[in-house]
Amino acid sequence: MSLVLTLASRNLFHDRLRFVATMVGIVFSVVLVMIQMGLFLGFGRMVTTMIDNASADLWILPKGAKCFEDPSLLDVKLRDRVATMEGVSWAAPLVIGFSDWRLESGEVTPVFIVSADLRDGSLQPFNVVDGNVPALTQGANVAVDRSYFERLGVSGVGSTAEIRGRKVRVVAVTDGIRSFATTPYVFVDLKNARNYTGTPRDRASSVLVRLKDDADREKALSAIRAEVGDAEVLTSDDFRSRSRSFWLFGTGAGAALFAGALLGVIVGTVIVAQTLYSSTKDHLNEFATLRAMGSSNAYIYTVIIYQALINAVIGFAIAAGIGSIVVQMTAKSALPIVITPWLMAALFALTVVMCVASGIGAIIRVVRIDPATVFMR
Amino acid sequence: MNDYVVEAKSVEKKLGRGAGEVHALRGIDLSLRRGELTLLMGPSGSGKTTLLLVLGCMLTPNSGSVTICGTPTADADKEALARIRREHIGFVFQSYHLFPTLTATQNVQLALDIRGEHGRRAAEKSREALAMVGLEQKVDSLPGGLSGGEQQRVAIARALVANPSVVLADEPTGALDGKNGQSIMRILAETAHERERAVLVVTHDPRVVPYADRIVEIEDGLIVQEPTDRPRMPTAVPFRA
Repeated sequence: MSLVLTLASRNLFHDRLRFVATMVGIVFSVVLVMIQMGLFLGFGRMVTTMIDNASADLWILPKGAKCFEDPSLLDVKLRDRVATMEGVSWAAPLVIGFSDWRLESGEVTPVFIVSADLRDGSLQPFNVVDGNVPALTQGANVAVDRSYFERLGVSGVGSTAEIRGRKVRVVAVTDGIRSFATTPYVFVDLKNARNYTGTPRDRASSVLVRLKDDADREKALSAIRAEVGDAEVLTSDDFRSRSRSFWLFGTGAGAALFAGALLGVIVGTVIVAQTLYSSTKDHLNEFATLRAMGSSNAYIYTVIIYQALINAVIGFAIAAGIGSIVVQMTAKSALPIVITPWLMAALFALTVVMCVASGIGAIIRVVRIDPATVFMR
Repeated sequence: MNDYVVEAKSVEKKLGRGAGEVHALRGIDLSLRRGELTLLMGPSGSGKTTLLLVLGCMLTPNSGSVTICGTPTADADKEALARIRREHIGFVFQSYHLFPTLTATQNVQLALDIRGEHGRRAAEKSREALAMVGLEQKVDSLPGGLSGGEQQRVAIARALVANPSVVLADEPTGALDGKNGQSIMRILAETAHERERAVLVVTHDPRVVPYADRIVEIEDGLIVQEPTDRPRMPTAVPFRA
């Protein structure tokens, strides 16, 4: 181990109480930022889960539709016009909307109806763990997510309930299709979706379009835009961005998460800065001795920055351990915290920057050291 | 070849400002030669420490000049002064100023580390320096586990390990008993005589006088007794404890 690193680590570990306080500060800060950003990512994924799993190439939407759950409607005849256009493989109407679910106990709870289209690549129940998805096309059958069993008063395939006074039967069960608004998604076929949501036969929430593999995508997109008039045509990526932007920033939820993360960074920086400054102050005589011996300022800065880096590495390792536990604990919750390798890397970089920036106060103090003071003590 | 490694000419230094201003040095001329141990003596407040700080490149004079190994210190900024100290000067402090969390070897090695000498060779040189001052059995001891005399010997090993041309010692025996004080002075005298270094010792301690080749007395910022050559005390006796 280099002597600078040895000196830095001994300076840190010499006062164990202060080191523990520093670690608490860093861990608190990093875990707070990790959770906020993990919620942000989890939220971002959750609000686009239907778009992600539809695998349609284009979405035709009522003008100004902000997200998948937007209640606006458009003319369903658009579907017929687009389906026959060059480069289009198929086009399918999608109907969504809120409805009432009556449990066998008589209790009523709101649900969000999603019409399923069983064609390959269209929107249909995914992550299916039990039951028979094709059975959705027969009678009043539904698919629900098992995380909402209790809320919906069902126990699996074969359970029954009522939607808007019509008896329905669970024929398929999914896992992990959760709504961030906590309103359970219920997949039904298109005809039933109209009935349950009160959507007229000539209207639809959107039209999903699949292009042929050999289609000129730009050309097809332009042609469809020209054809649909007032309606909007978005690629899946554009619709995903728009939905995230609406839910995360249009509602202020994202800003709140970022504010929490920023608070974590500020708290962490202040705590680390305070402890590093206090540690440096306690070792001023040693730094003055180094300076008297002829050490450059850069050498002394290196000692302080190494102290900051040691803090960052140990603090981050502990925080990462806590973060992984939190991820596991929230995996099955309504809003799981998502921590990706990229987020982890970014958080480590943030921790290092935070700790090194915290050393600036200590460095400013050290710059003012007068080496002559060692002759006065 | 010029044997003078430190040359101070007409050095004046004022400390403080306004009503609190003190004229600490009032035109000092002093040169330190290789192979010579010089004692700087004088009453408290006479300017001894200020002169040591000026010669040690920690203070710059208001007027006059200081040259260390041919390098003038006038107009040098803080980093340039630090470089002169690093390259030419070894310091021994009254209070040792060892790093309490580092072993004796690591304390000595710091003097090499700040000069860019790292690794196994630096550690080896540091252990050799400790052996030279009789501490080969204490290389892995922390300062807290050493006596005052041993700590001062570690400090001397630290001052010498990088082969500086000049060693400046501030009251090196001030915190030691007679026996340890004698031991430290023997090491410093051998440093001057055997290793051909210029050694300046600031002291109040009359017991160290026999080790001096020259004695410079300072009072009210002026040298009141010109340096005179004195017969050297033999240092052939090994100074190991």
